[in-house]
Amino acid sequence: MSESQHGALKLRVKSIEAVTPEINRYTFCPADDSWLPPFSGGSHLTVLIPSEEGTKRNAYSLMSSPYDTSQYQIAVRRVDDGKGGSLAMHNNVREGDVLLAGIPANLFPVSKHARHHVFIAGGVGITPVFAQVEELSLKGSPFELHLAVRGPDHAALGCELKERFGDQVTLYGHDGQSRLNTMEILAGRPLGTHAYICGPTRMIDDVVTSAHSLGWSDANIHFERFEDLGSTGDPFSVTLARSGAVIEVSPEQSLLEAVEEAGHKLPYLCRGGACGECETEVLELDGTIDHRDDWLSESDRATCKLIMPCVSRATCTKLVINA
Amino acid sequence: MTTAPETTAFKTNETYTPEGDYQFRNSAEGVRRLPFPFPDDDYMYSMNLEPHVPAGDGALRAAFDIDEHYVSECAHRDQMLRDMPGVHYLALPHMMEAQWDLLELIFESYARDFPEQFTLTKNGNEWRWQNRLLGIDDSFTFGDPATLPMDPMEYATRQAQGEFVVLEEKDNTLVIGAGMTTQRADYSLKFNLGMSFFEFHGPVPKLHDMGILDRALKFLLRMKPGHPVRRVNWSLTVNPRLETSVETLPEWAPDRATVDSENAGEKVYLRIELQPLHRLPRSNAIVFPVRTYLVSLAELVQHAPNWAKRIHRALASLDHELVDYKGFHRYHAAAVEWLSQYDDGAPLATGYPWAPDGIQPNGQ
Repeated sequence: MSESQHGALKLRVKSIEAVTPEINRYTFCPADDSWLPPFSGGSHLTVLIPSEEGTKRNAYSLMSSPYDTSQYQIAVRRVDDGKGGSLAMHNNVREGDVLLAGIPANLFPVSKHARHHVFIAGGVGITPVFAQVEELSLKGSPFELHLAVRGPDHAALGCELKERFGDQVTLYGHDGQSRLNTMEILAGRPLGTHAYICGPTRMIDDVVTSAHSLGWSDANIHFERFEDLGSTGDPFSVTLARSGAVIEVSPEQSLLEAVEEAGHKLPYLCRGGACGECETEVLELDGTIDHRDDWLSESDRATCKLIMPCVSRATCTKLVINA
Repeated sequence: MTTAPETTAFKTNETYTPEGDYQFRNSAEGVRRLPFPFPDDDYMYSMNLEPHVPAGDGALRAAFDIDEHYVSECAHRDQMLRDMPGVHYLALPHMMEAQWDLLELIFESYARDFPEQFTLTKNGNEWRWQNRLLGIDDSFTFGDPATLPMDPMEYATRQAQGEFVVLEEKDNTLVIGAGMTTQRADYSLKFNLGMSFFEFHGPVPKLHDMGILDRALKFLLRMKPGHPVRRVNWSLTVNPRLETSVETLPEWAPDRATVDSENAGEKVYLRIELQPLHRLPRSNAIVFPVRTYLVSLAELVQHAPNWAKRIHRALASLDHELVDYKGFHRYHAAAVEWLSQYDDGAPLATGYPWAPDGIQPNGQ
């Protein structure tokens, strides 16, 4: 398997293809001619993107077949006023380049108990659906897809799916007229139907509201639950009280990783904010702590006297911890 | 200090049953490579989860450890499955994908970590599996159950040490979907199949109040493929009996009354459970393996005197609710008394044996 000791994959950019005026599709193959880890439909890939302002970590849904371990595909929409990751993908990444990425993880799996799967998607939200319907199709599970696009120029990905899956796919907006109506799609469904929403927040809210008004149970409504932040975020600096060392925590590393990189030690076990081992006292703070752990209680968090360095960060001008 | 697997002498004629007269012994090297589960003199539950990365050259060197008991344990599994069909191995129909995931994980790990014993050759989906310890050389099509003589999970775990419970992610919890549990410690797979995380942990005292279960579930749901974690757990058992299920309780529970402070060293076994959890890539399921190691108190005294002292202190100070839950209140005092002869009270290192400066089996 193409995997370094830190669980990072080395991917070679095999091809780049513009599928709409603002979306590029990237096909990656393993840089070392081995094979890639398998994944499940709905998984995302965190890609490390070199940019002028340092490395960006963006998560993109995998849209290739989960059963093809020779290549991965993602689609990237250019966001001109974003954090720069998608712009760097569009402007800097070329065919033949090698990029680092994490191992695929899934926060949006399809239900194994559904009798029928209904996907409602908008725009670039269609990407996870590619892998999900591929998986369902291979298993012989019934599904249908309703995809809204902004106009004919933006319909290429939808047309691909329409070509492959025929009547199971309905496009809206590609002709400049038809509109996706969530109430119509969700009404009168038998029990055992599961709905998946892949699109902007407004679409998710709209579909969930419609589903609730029609008596759907939350257990049958699925959408990507949260951004997979890990312990990355804005940079900050921390002072270790015992040695006086001042350590810069970069956007790509956790406080714990930064301290370790600087040659200091903190206790740790799970490195995932659950075990409590790395709990550290905060001695001084000018700013706020971004608690991301499952260990500290609400009252502990509110006092800002404790921090879990393995996942939590700070937005501050000064942070001194008892280490 | 520990033995590399290349030089391990695999025992073939051990037994884990009274009918077989419990012909089970650990070598000195076999004891000293154990994942000894007592980092401190006092024991209490904790979220002792850590990244499952190779550590040392003992039981934590490989992703899935095998040792000198591999051949006899596989024979025991076969015997248990024949004795009580439909009790020790179960898989719900929608778990087939997870079964293949697990087969791949076990076979890849064994072939990578023990290349002298196992070889996995892949040509697309046409796979060849060679297991030289059990004399198996099979070819099959990955993903096609018709090309194997039985379920993929049963096929793979019949050739693996330890038991395997596969948890399906559903409605933000984990549900037991399949299991190969010929070595289970006092529960029933048939009863637990389909239970959720909080349900199957129901009988464990203190866990709920301590909030450990909530945090553990959140942590497990965030687990990603390629980033396994491990924890160790332990219990005591009378005789080197691997199969101590609820179904056979009338056969083994009376053994608890046979222990006294004279024979505790030979009768009482520490049962160590090494649990390396993995997220499975295609099914998004989580496998919860329980690799069980048995070692008698006398073997600890003989081959790992520091560990014998440590277990004496941990047992002597153990919370009474845990003594009851783990099922040894009848012989707890006898075991502590027997061990006390071998504890001089000298200070011991803290930390698991595989951690830097952790407690070593012998020496300073």
